Amino acid sequence: MNDFIFFFNQAIIGGVVLGSVYALGAVGVTLIFGILRFAHFAHGDMMTMGAFIAFVLAGAVAAMGIAFPLPTGFIVVPFAMVIAAVFALGIDKGFYAPLRAHGAKPVTLLIASIGVTMMIQGLIRLIFGVGTYSFFETQPKKLIRIDLPFEGVTRPISFSEPQLLLVLSTIVAVVALHYFLTRSRLGKGMRAMADNPDLAKVSGINTRLVVRVTWVIAGALACLAGTMLALDVSLKPDLAFNIVLPIFAAAILGGLGHAYGAIAGGFVLGFAETLAVFNWAVVLRPFRDALPEWIEIPNTLSLVQSEYKLTVAFVILVVVLLVRPTGIFKGAST
Amino acid sequence: MTMRYITVFAALVALIVGVAMTMGSAFTMRLLVEASAYALIAMGLNIQWGFGGLFNFGILGMLMVGGFAVTFVSYPVNHAFWQSAGPLMLGQVVLGAAIGAVLIWFAHRVQRFGVTGAARGAVIVVAWFIAYVIFRSQMDPAANYITSTSGWVGGLGLPVLLGWAFGGVLAGLIGYLVGKVSLGLRADYLAIATIGIAEILRAVIKNLEWLTRGTLTVSPISWPVPNPQFYQANGADITTSFILARGGFLAVVAVVVLIALFLIHRAYVGPWGRMMRAIRDNYIAAGSMGKDVTGRQLEIFVFGSVLMGIGGAILVSFVGIYDPSSFQPINHTFIIWVMLIVGGAGNNFGALFGGLFIYMVWMLSEPLAQSLFTTLSGWSASQGWGAIPDIETRAVQMRVFVMGLIVAISLRFAPRGLLPEFIKRND
Amino acid sequence: MSLIALDKLVAGYGGAPILNGVDIAIEASDIGVIVGPNGAGKSTTLKAIFGLLTVTGGSVTFAGQDITNFEADRLVPLGLSFVPQEHNVFTSMTVHENFEMGAFIRRDDLSDSLDMVYEMFPDLKAKRRQPAGELSGGQRQMVAMGRALMSRPKLLMLDEPSAGLSPRYMMEIFEQVVKINAAGVGILMVEQNARQALAFATKGFVLANGQNRFTGTGQELLDDPEVARSFLGG
Repeated sequence: MNDFIFFFNQAIIGGVVLGSVYALGAVGVTLIFGILRFAHFAHGDMMTMGAFIAFVLAGAVAAMGIAFPLPTGFIVVPFAMVIAAVFALGIDKGFYAPLRAHGAKPVTLLIASIGVTMMIQGLIRLIFGVGTYSFFETQPKKLIRIDLPFEGVTRPISFSEPQLLLVLSTIVAVVALHYFLTRSRLGKGMRAMADNPDLAKVSGINTRLVVRVTWVIAGALACLAGTMLALDVSLKPDLAFNIVLPIFAAAILGGLGHAYGAIAGGFVLGFAETLAVFNWAVVLRPFRDALPEWIEIPNTLSLVQSEYKLTVAFVILVVVLLVRPTGIFKGAST
Repeated sequence: MTMRYITVFAALVALIVGVAMTMGSAFTMRLLVEASAYALIAMGLNIQWGFGGLFNFGILGMLMVGGFAVTFVSYPVNHAFWQSAGPLMLGQVVLGAAIGAVLIWFAHRVQRFGVTGAARGAVIVVAWFIAYVIFRSQMDPAANYITSTSGWVGGLGLPVLLGWAFGGVLAGLIGYLVGKVSLGLRADYLAIATIGIAEILRAVIKNLEWLTRGTLTVSPISWPVPNPQFYQANGADITTSFILARGGFLAVVAVVVLIALFLIHRAYVGPWGRMMRAIRDNYIAAGSMGKDVTGRQLEIFVFGSVLMGIGGAILVSFVGIYDPSSFQPINHTFIIWVMLIVGGAGNNFGALFGGLFIYMVWMLSEPLAQSLFTTLSGWSASQGWGAIPDIETRAVQMRVFVMGLIVAISLRFAPRGLLPEFIKRND
Repeated sequence: MSLIALDKLVAGYGGAPILNGVDIAIEASDIGVIVGPNGAGKSTTLKAIFGLLTVTGGSVTFAGQDITNFEADRLVPLGLSFVPQEHNVFTSMTVHENFEMGAFIRRDDLSDSLDMVYEMFPDLKAKRRQPAGELSGGQRQMVAMGRALMSRPKLLMLDEPSAGLSPRYMMEIFEQVVKINAAGVGILMVEQNARQALAFATKGFVLANGQNRFTGTGQELLDDPEVARSFLGG
C-alpha cells in the first residue's frame, strides 16, 4: 500500500501539476490560433514575463511589510494578470497588428513571434540577469501531508501548497473560461470567429474587439500559468521557453483552435511525461511473490530514462502530427 | 538593383574594416571565420525556405549532427574501446535494432493477413513496444559497459576535412528522415515538428555519453590548417600566430562558401531552380503538371541540411570543442532565420550577406551594449542614483533583444529583405 | 429615395475590375433578383455592397447615406444583412447560438426575433441545441437566413439561396423570402434558378460581363424574348 501512495505522490500528483501548467499554456496558444490563425511562438515567454511581473509585485508587497497566510506570489496574481494582459495587447498592437494590416501570411506572423520571443527574453535577462529567483525567500513553502487512516500505511500523501493552488486555480480558470465561451456574448463571438471568420465579419461581429479580448485572455492565462509554475519550481528567464514545445504539443494534440481539446491535451501530456519516467518497479514489487520465479524485477524499470523526460512530449507531438494532424479530438479548424 | 548590391556589400566591407581597426585583426579574423560558417548555414536555410518554401525550425539539430560528425571522424582513436568487448556489444545492439525493425515492418503490413482497423493499430503499437524493449535491453548494458570501461567510443582519427564532409552527409541523412516524415505538414505544423525533432536530437546527443561524451564535452578538435600553437612553436608571437592560423582557416572556409554559392547559384538559375520556384509558389499547379512535388521538396530539404551540417562541423572544428549543451535554439536556429529574413529569402547573395552581417551585429552587440551601459552607469552614478550592477552579464543579453528587434523591424519595413529575390523575366 | 442604389459601380479583386458600371436600385417593398450567366458579376455585386472587396468607382447609397466601401461591421447596424452562398453557418455552434451571433450588434431582448425566426422555420425549433454543422443543406440555409434576420435588417441580401437544394427546399426558401418581404424587408438576391426567381421578383436585373443588360419587373424579363433566348435557356 505504501508503494501505491508513492505512485500517487510521484505519478498522479506530478501528472496533475504538470498537466495544469500545460493546459493553461495550451489554452492561450489554441485561442490565438483559433482567432488569428498563427502559431504564437512567443507564448512561453509571455508566461515567463507574467511570472516576473508577479515577482516584482510580490517583492513590492513584501517590502511594504504586508504578510498573508498564502504565498504572496499567489495573492498578487490577479493584478499581475491584468498587467500581463495589457502587455499582451501592447505586443499585438506593436508587432502583430501592423503585419496583419499589411495582409501578412500566418507564416510571417510566426516568424514575427520568434522576434517577439527574442525581445522578451532579451529584456527579461537585461533587467533581471540570468539568475534563478524564488518566491519563497521571505516565506516558507508549505508542504501538505495527509495521513491515510489505513493499517500499515506509514507514507502520507504529500504535495506542496503551490501545487495545490496551481491545480485549484487551473480549475477556476477552466470553469471561468467555459462560462465565458458558452454564456457571454463576447465569448460566443470568439467561438464564431474561430469557426468562420468571414461569416463572423458579415454578421457584424466586431472582429477587432474579439482580437483584443483574445490577447487579454491569452496574456492573463499565460501570466497565471507562468506564475504558478514559478511558485512550484523556481523563477528563471528560460522558465517557460523550455516548455513552449510541450505546450504546442498539447494544443496540437487537442486540435488547434479547440479550447477544451487543449486542456485535455495538456493533461494527457502531463501524465504521459510523468508516467513514462516513473519507476514502475516500485509498484510491481508488492507482487513479487505472486510472480513466477524466473521474472526478476530490476531496480529501475521506467519506460524512458528521466534525462529524456522532455522528449516524451516531442515524440508524442511528432507521432500525432504524422498520424492525425487534426488532433486526437474532433479537429475542425484546419 | 546592381547599385543596391554594391552599396550593401560595400557597407559590409566598411563594417569589417571598422571592426578590424577598433577590435584588432585577430578578433576580426575569428569573427569572419564564424560569420562565414553562419553564412553557409543561412544559404542552407535559403535553399529550404527561400527556394522551397519549407519551414525548418530544427537547424540546431543539423548543426549538432555536423558537429558530432567532425568530432567522431577527426578525434584520435580510443584504443581502450576497440580492445574491449564494446564493439561486440554494439554489434548486438545493431542486431537487436534490426530484429525490432523487422518486427515493425511486419506489423505495418499485418493487413495482408486480414488484420485491419483498430486491431492493426494495436498490433503496430505492440510491435513498436516490443522492438523498443529489445533495443533497450541491448543498448543499456552496452552503454553502461562502454562508459565504465573505456569512457566513450572515441573518434576515427581521420583528416578533419573528411569530418566536414561527413557532417554534410550525416546531416543530409537526418534531413532525409526528417523530411520523409514531416514534409506533408502545413507550414506552422512543419515548424513545430522540425523544432520537436531537433529537440529530440539535442536530448539524445546530450545524453549518449558512450557516443558523444555528452556534457563531458570533447576537445581538442583539430583544424584543417596549422593552428596557432604551430606558429607559436615556430617563433611567432601570440597575436601574429592567431592572425596567421585564423587566416588560413578563413581561406579554407571561404573556398567552401564560394563553391557552395557557385553550385547553388547555377542550380537556381537553371531548370532545377525554376521548377523549385514553381513548386513553392503553387505546388498544386506544379503537381498537376506532373512534377513530383514531395520528391523535389525532399531533395531541397536534404540539400539545405547538407550545408547546415557542413556549417555546424566548421563551427565546432574552429572552436575546437564539442559541447552538446552549448547548442541553444536562439543562438543556433533563430539567428539563422534573422540572417535570412534580413538578407532576403530566395536570394543566395541575400543569405550570404545576411549571414555575415547579422553575425557581426550579434557579436558586436555585446561590446557596444557594454560601453553603452558603462556610460549610462557612470552617468547615473554621477547623478547619485548608483551604478548599474552586473553590466557584463547583462550586456551579453542585449544582443538577443537586438536580434528580436531587427526581425520585427525587418518584417515590417523590408519584408523581402535587403537583397530581395530577383525574378528573371524574359521580356 | 431608394432603399439601396448602386450607381455605376466599378469593383474587383485588385486586378481588372469585374464590375464595370452596375446600376441597381430597389425599394423596401421590392424583391430584387439579379440573374445572368456565370462570371457576370452577380455575387461580386453583393460582395461589393457588403465591403468584402474594394469599390474603385461609382457609389453605393443606402437610405440616402453613402456607404461605399463601408466594412461589414458598420453595415449591419445600419440595417443591411447578407447571407453568403457557402460557409454561411457557424458549423461548430448550435442553431440557437447561430441566431445569437446574427444579433451580435443588438444589446436588447432577442426573444421576439427568436420567436419570429422559429415560427418561420419550425423545423429548426426541435434542433435548436444541435450544432448547425450536423444539419442538412436545406436546414442550414434556413439557419443562415434566420441568422441574417436576427439583426432586424431593412435589406436582406441573399447569394444563391437555392444553390444545391432540392426543389422542395427551394420552394420553401422562396416562400419565406416572399413572406420576409411582406413584413417590410427589402430583398436583393442572386439566383441561378432564374425562371423561378423572376416569377416572384418585383425587379429583375440581368447582368453580363459586369454590366446591366436588361432591367425590368420580373414578369417583363420573363416575357422578353431576347432575355429568354440569351439568359433563360430558350
